[in-house]
Amino acid sequence: MQSLFAVFIDGAIYASWLFLVAAGLTVIYGVMRILNMAHGSFYAIGAYSAASMIGWYFADGSGNAWVSFLLLIVCALAAGLVVGTIIERGLLRYMYGRDEILMVIITYALLLILEDVMKIVWGVSPYFAYQPYTALGRVSMMGLKMSTYDLMLIGVAIVVGGALYAWLERTTLGKILRAVIHDREVASAMGVNVAKMFTITFLVGATLGTLAGALTAPAISVVPGIGVEVIVLAFAVVVVGGLGSIEGAAAGALLVGLCRAAAVHYAPEFELFVIYGVMSLVLAVRPQGLFGRTLARKI
Amino acid sequence: MRFDKTEIALLGVGVALAISGLLAPGWLIFLLTVALAKGLVVQGVVMQMRAGMVSFGQGLFYCVGGYAVGMGGQFLGVSSAVLLLVLGVAAAAVLAMVLGLLLTRYREIFFAMLSLAFSMILYGVLVKGQALGSTDGFNVHSWGLFSGPASNPTMTIFYLTLACAAVVAFFLHRYTRSGVGVVCEATRENEVRVEYLGLSPRWILYANYVVAAVVSALGGGLTALAAGHVDPEMAYWTTSGEFVFIAILGGTGSVFAPFLAALVFALVRTYAIELVPNGWQMILGITLLVIIVFLPKGLWSLFSRKKEGAHS
Repeated sequence: MQSLFAVFIDGAIYASWLFLVAAGLTVIYGVMRILNMAHGSFYAIGAYSAASMIGWYFADGSGNAWVSFLLLIVCALAAGLVVGTIIERGLLRYMYGRDEILMVIITYALLLILEDVMKIVWGVSPYFAYQPYTALGRVSMMGLKMSTYDLMLIGVAIVVGGALYAWLERTTLGKILRAVIHDREVASAMGVNVAKMFTITFLVGATLGTLAGALTAPAISVVPGIGVEVIVLAFAVVVVGGLGSIEGAAAGALLVGLCRAAAVHYAPEFELFVIYGVMSLVLAVRPQGLFGRTLARKI
Repeated sequence: MRFDKTEIALLGVGVALAISGLLAPGWLIFLLTVALAKGLVVQGVVMQMRAGMVSFGQGLFYCVGGYAVGMGGQFLGVSSAVLLLVLGVAAAAVLAMVLGLLLTRYREIFFAMLSLAFSMILYGVLVKGQALGSTDGFNVHSWGLFSGPASNPTMTIFYLTLACAAVVAFFLHRYTRSGVGVVCEATRENEVRVEYLGLSPRWILYANYVVAAVVSALGGGLTALAAGHVDPEMAYWTTSGEFVFIAILGGTGSVFAPFLAALVFALVRTYAIELVPNGWQMILGITLLVIIVFLPKGLWSLFSRKKEGAHS
């Protein structure tokens, strides 16, 4: 019973993390039809800037855990807006309208470039930002000791998911975005400024990526290459859920997170590939993912 | 059998490379060998690109070919390079025949992502496999052309790779003009209309997928023989990304293009790592963007552009 509970909690924590990482990817794909490989770089940039910020804040040895948590979020927003603006305005907007698969390759080039930009800015030695993680301490539940920070991650994921859902379903801007998702051409014929919607979407997506990185930074050591590892996980989650769907990303993250936690507890040798195993199985049964729409074939 | 211009050129370049092998220094021979072997893997990617499928998981077959060579020497005691390569090719063919059944149902990014997932599964398996050296991989046993060990492995593998590359290039040149090859391109342009013609795009893509896997596994096996080492990194998605990169760099215009691009890639990378160790990926990325924007048909279009101008 206790191990089942542990699987559930571990799975929920991992799922929250996966959802945070995947949310930005799915938002960008949904509206812009760009499978953004550079999303991993956004994650890494968020982690690096958060780690620098935390290092600076705790430099004199004292600091409040809650303030540092707030700093993480502010830092992520700033980094996401800056990097997102540079990339969307500086490069991607000239590439719109190209083949989906070509956009994958273009963002792959971006990933390569950003990897080295990060090495130039932050160097190659690891950064640590463990202070918020340790300062929040641990709680016991059913005989298990868990880090409060990890549990808080679940809360953050729920808030982010809820906010995204409300934004898309309950606001005017969200309605316009859904129109663009549904049919870009008709939306623009109705007077929607599609280019502006793309910019907004890309900034939101990039910020979600940096937010995921910034929130992960306290729990890991920030080293070069973290973005490259994360991007394939995010892909798996998004593809399982159905590309472009927020509910799908949540369901995919939950499914993958729970499966991985179960593998870690009961069959550790499967841990590394259980994620891709789940992805292959889901796609074999439902090629468009759990929440994906099937498209009519056009001649 | 009649030979066209490309095939004669192929023979010429092959002979020229074989002769220059006698004169070139050892490091250049090794670089050429690896470039040709990777060029073979890229041929597999290009074959699928011609059919409109971009595989972000060709590292899977590269790795299978490499590990078959390594494991054949390690566990079966095979020391013949030719036999080891056959082993790798056979393993890849069987795997591709199974995976192809599933993968040919997908197009575009779904195909790209699912092929990526399969290569990541192999990566996960290999990393967990302690008997195979986990993340470190293991060394390939000493080998000879037909029985080991070879007296001069660097030259043996160079000529073996050159021969394989020439034969495969010749075959692929014919293949792209064969029925299957032509329909592959038609499928990329419009799959539904191919169906209306009474053909089954799925089975054609399937055949194409299996042949591409075999070619890539051959490249992987040759790389393993040349480098003398295999590790799970061969199946990691960045390796597959590199192959896609080289494929785009060369373009799909000619059987020469992947080899040329692999050579350019190897040279650029060697010098870039030396000059700017923390900036070579940036150089690669910028190159890729420049190619996409200014040379969408790859480096090869630099050579073929003149001819097209004369026609129009």
